[in-house]
Amino acid sequence: MTNNVYEKLEQKTAWAKAGGRNGPKAAKWLETRMFVRDRISALLDGEPEFEDGLLAGSEKDVPADAVVTVIGSVAGRKVAIIANDFTSKAGTWGYQTFLKITRFQELALQLKIPLIYLVDSAGARIDEQKQCFLGRKAWGNIWFNQVKISGAIPQICVLFGPSPAGAAYIPGLCETVIMVDKQATAYLGSPRMVHMAIGEEISEEDLGGARMHCAVSGLGDILVKNDAEAIEVTKKYLAFMPQSYLEKPAVIADRGKAAPPDLEKVIPESEKVPFDIKVVIDAIADDGSVLEHKALFAKEIVTSFVRLGGMPVGVVANNSKFKGGVLFNDSSDKAARFIWLCNAFNIPLLFLQDISGYMIGSSAEKAGIIRHGAKLLSAVCEATVPRITVLVRKAYGGGYLGMAGAPTQPDAMLALPTAMPALVGPETAINAIHFNHIQALPEAERAAFVAKKREEYAEDIDVFTAAADPFAVEAVVHPNELRKELIQRFRAYSLKTPVVYEKRNPIHPV
Amino acid sequence: MKTIKSPMAGSVWKIVATVGQQVDYGDTIVILESMKMEIPVEADSAGKVVKICVAEGDVVDDGVVLVELS
Repeated sequence: MTNNVYEKLEQKTAWAKAGGRNGPKAAKWLETRMFVRDRISALLDGEPEFEDGLLAGSEKDVPADAVVTVIGSVAGRKVAIIANDFTSKAGTWGYQTFLKITRFQELALQLKIPLIYLVDSAGARIDEQKQCFLGRKAWGNIWFNQVKISGAIPQICVLFGPSPAGAAYIPGLCETVIMVDKQATAYLGSPRMVHMAIGEEISEEDLGGARMHCAVSGLGDILVKNDAEAIEVTKKYLAFMPQSYLEKPAVIADRGKAAPPDLEKVIPESEKVPFDIKVVIDAIADDGSVLEHKALFAKEIVTSFVRLGGMPVGVVANNSKFKGGVLFNDSSDKAARFIWLCNAFNIPLLFLQDISGYMIGSSAEKAGIIRHGAKLLSAVCEATVPRITVLVRKAYGGGYLGMAGAPTQPDAMLALPTAMPALVGPETAINAIHFNHIQALPEAERAAFVAKKREEYAEDIDVFTAAADPFAVEAVVHPNELRKELIQRFRAYSLKTPVVYEKRNPIHPV
Repeated sequence: MKTIKSPMAGSVWKIVATVGQQVDYGDTIVILESMKMEIPVEADSAGKVVKICVAEGDVVDDGVVLVELS
């Protein structure tokens, strides 16, 4: 009989660790998904180093109260993991679930280590709401903590399954959300609730599916095809992050660039012709290093983590292949958030400009392009990490400033020979400057006059003038030399000490 | 019926597709001009062009249907 407590420990531990994997519905569910503990060990270097609250929930027959909280290592670095077990009561939240989650959030912040949420939960348990909804110690503390943590340690949400209603704010408040296609969903009101409240008939996938969120709403940052890919992408992302805002992200060995394309042939001469800026990003980044953030959302701007000579760098680049590379509300939001993310975690920023401006017209104004454009300007002007701007082609008007033009104080302004910095492009400028004169000319002479003036204007705004006269650019660089130039400059600028202004908080346009 | 809509405000510069043509994902259907840029509008799924709803030179807002696919 003396062995009873030991047997009890063994039994209870085994029962809790099994979660609901032996339940009646689990086998089918596990055909396409990984069990929560398998997700955790796939992410970690091995098994977790320790676990808290394994026996929570056993009194009400819910293994681990449907959430697993562990500390372990990823590539030798400590991380904290909070992972819902969908096989245990559909991963729902009860009182102990809430206690376990908030305790781990506080622990991760104290230890200054990244916090990874592996989310797969049907939401809150209505039968436990009395303890969990209204008070000062209740579910809402999870979001309170997320906000407190934001920017101090990386918070990554990997959405494997549902996260409805309030639980949807876990991805909503993480800086990066990885979503599994055709599995992950997030919505405030379920299809049934939507039908009851507003009469709309809609499928779960169309309402809040992973693809919708990654391409349309912008909640999702990286779309992956299954659990295994979600874990691989999480590891790759984590490698770009430091442990906390107090550290710089690790610099790894330079993998070099095996066969760069000839960028002279990639960038079209005509400013009107679109091209894919991702070719330029691939050409300057270390081989195999590019991790694109929000690839399917607001494609007119590209935000990617890359390595330059082994050093992590965040790239913000206009892509004329989509919507002419013009800045819209969504593209401004996407870039602003990426800049805040990089700045928070000491990741230097590279801007590649090919911008004819912020979108104009009545629908853009009504939608609030000035507010959203101001948000991007705020993020750029606030950034204190090493920052280099490259003028690739067009650099017009407010777009030039939104994309970190010289007056926003980058560490360096570089230009390719194809750059055309100006307040407005040749067509607009000539029509504005010479409008009355053009109107006065006989119709037959107008075209020739306009063409001649445009040519003169285009020559006047060329990059060599910009480099020589107002000293707006530090250097004009051949595109095939750009990679080397950037590596050398980033290595130097990373020695600087950032200036941080003391105040409570800036009042951000949103 | 699938439709291809204008991604942004601008004018129709060139209509590339023809009625009856079988198009694939990523094929350029129409080229708009906006913000002094050529804006190629691509098919987002495969299909046969049933109707072209705009003419070259038309001014279009974002969301306007340019082409209908079967």
